Amino acid sequence: MKLTLRVWRQQNAETPGAMATYEVDGISQDMSFLEMLDTLNEELILAGDEPVAFDHDCREGICGACSLVINGDAHGPERTTTCQLHMRSFADGDTIDIEPWRASAFPVVKDLVVDRSSFDRIIQSGGYISAPTGTAPDAHATPVPKPDAELAFENAECIGCGACVAACPNGSAMLFTAAKVNHLNVLPQGAPERETRVLDMVAQMDEEGFGGCTLTGECATACPKGIPLPSIAAMNKEWLRATRKVRR
Amino acid sequence: MTRTLWDSTVGKKTIMAVSGLIMLGYLVAHMVGNLKIFFGPGEFDGYAHWLRTMGEPILHYEWALWIVRVGLVAAVVLHGISAYQLSRRDIRARPAKYVHKRPRASYATRTMRWGGIILVLFIIWHILDLTTGTVHTSFEAGHPYQNVIDTFSTWYGNVIYIVAVLAMGLHVQHGFWSAAQTLGVGNATRDRVLKTLANVLAAVLTLGFISVPVAVMTGVVS
Repeated sequence: MKLTLRVWRQQNAETPGAMATYEVDGISQDMSFLEMLDTLNEELILAGDEPVAFDHDCREGICGACSLVINGDAHGPERTTTCQLHMRSFADGDTIDIEPWRASAFPVVKDLVVDRSSFDRIIQSGGYISAPTGTAPDAHATPVPKPDAELAFENAECIGCGACVAACPNGSAMLFTAAKVNHLNVLPQGAPERETRVLDMVAQMDEEGFGGCTLTGECATACPKGIPLPSIAAMNKEWLRATRKVRR
Repeated sequence: MTRTLWDSTVGKKTIMAVSGLIMLGYLVAHMVGNLKIFFGPGEFDGYAHWLRTMGEPILHYEWALWIVRVGLVAAVVLHGISAYQLSRRDIRARPAKYVHKRPRASYATRTMRWGGIILVLFIIWHILDLTTGTVHTSFEAGHPYQNVIDTFSTWYGNVIYIVAVLAMGLHVQHGFWSAAQTLGVGNATRDRVLKTLANVLAAVLTLGFISVPVAVMTGVVS
């Protein structure tokens, strides 16, 4: 396959960036999208140019590191992570636009790499449980009703990649925060911090400069892990409950 | 708790949801009242007069009406301020646009902000036209039937009204469902019911309101 790539190039957070055009040839349909970018970077390095910086780690679709907006879609045309997107989703001769996640809470570090530490701070504000240290308790010591377990697992699938924020026209982190809140709030292990968790995580989300939710549904459409839109309604319910019940 | 509500994006959305539902309730009552125009001037004008005497004898003449008006103004103001502040925040949160553009979200969702502005402008005109009569050339207080026919006998009266009603329909379609999500009523099993309810409300309100200018234009009501 021969492709034309239009890639966002930006030296650092201070200097303005722009789209740059590259041609790549000899791309196999079996390559992943990141392997295609590796090919481009090898050519750039051989030519003495600076390679395109992009985030990646496990390349198995489970770590949440890769983060590219491909032709206007977070993680591209398939509902998966960028690393699990393959070149068979494109046609020979295509022009592909590659941009970083866009949100003021995700500043560009370089080229396609953005700083997602705002997500870490949301997790730090409440995405944990209090558990006694020592011998690990038996896994079946605390019974969890099956529907609750399934709800927790569904929300726990979130890998924190930030595609929801990238897809949202308001740069809102509601789906991410909702997944993390619901995951712990439905479980007995998360019960002691149930109220403070949702209040603190939503407050931190606002503090980081993410936008509000207008229920466009773009986040759930883009999510590679299929976190459902009703998770947001479930978090809103938790938040309203917490404002009435919290004891500080 | 008031502070928590006002300072949080989720709280402000809650305020928008509740104030929106109050306005939606009013719209349903207003539409039903409007339909009385099909039963002649006696019934329509009589209903308009009853709105002023409702609550009597415990309340004085027009008191109940004024209580409703104050409540509605409060809802509009809270809804508008929250929308303005949240919109500013949303725009700041996404300063750089994507180079590769594509339409995001449904038409109703994308037009919530402009739709809201159109509705505010319409409400101002609507009150000046049919409540105070300020912009109405042959306005006669106490004869709403004749006033309505006057308004819908002008091309601009029809255009302004129908455009605003369509904007209202779109606003209600996304707004009602959104309010349910914000108040935490929505979940996976109820989603279809809530979406259907939103569509039905939007359609019934739009058709109900538009039936009046169409009836005047076609001579069904004269």
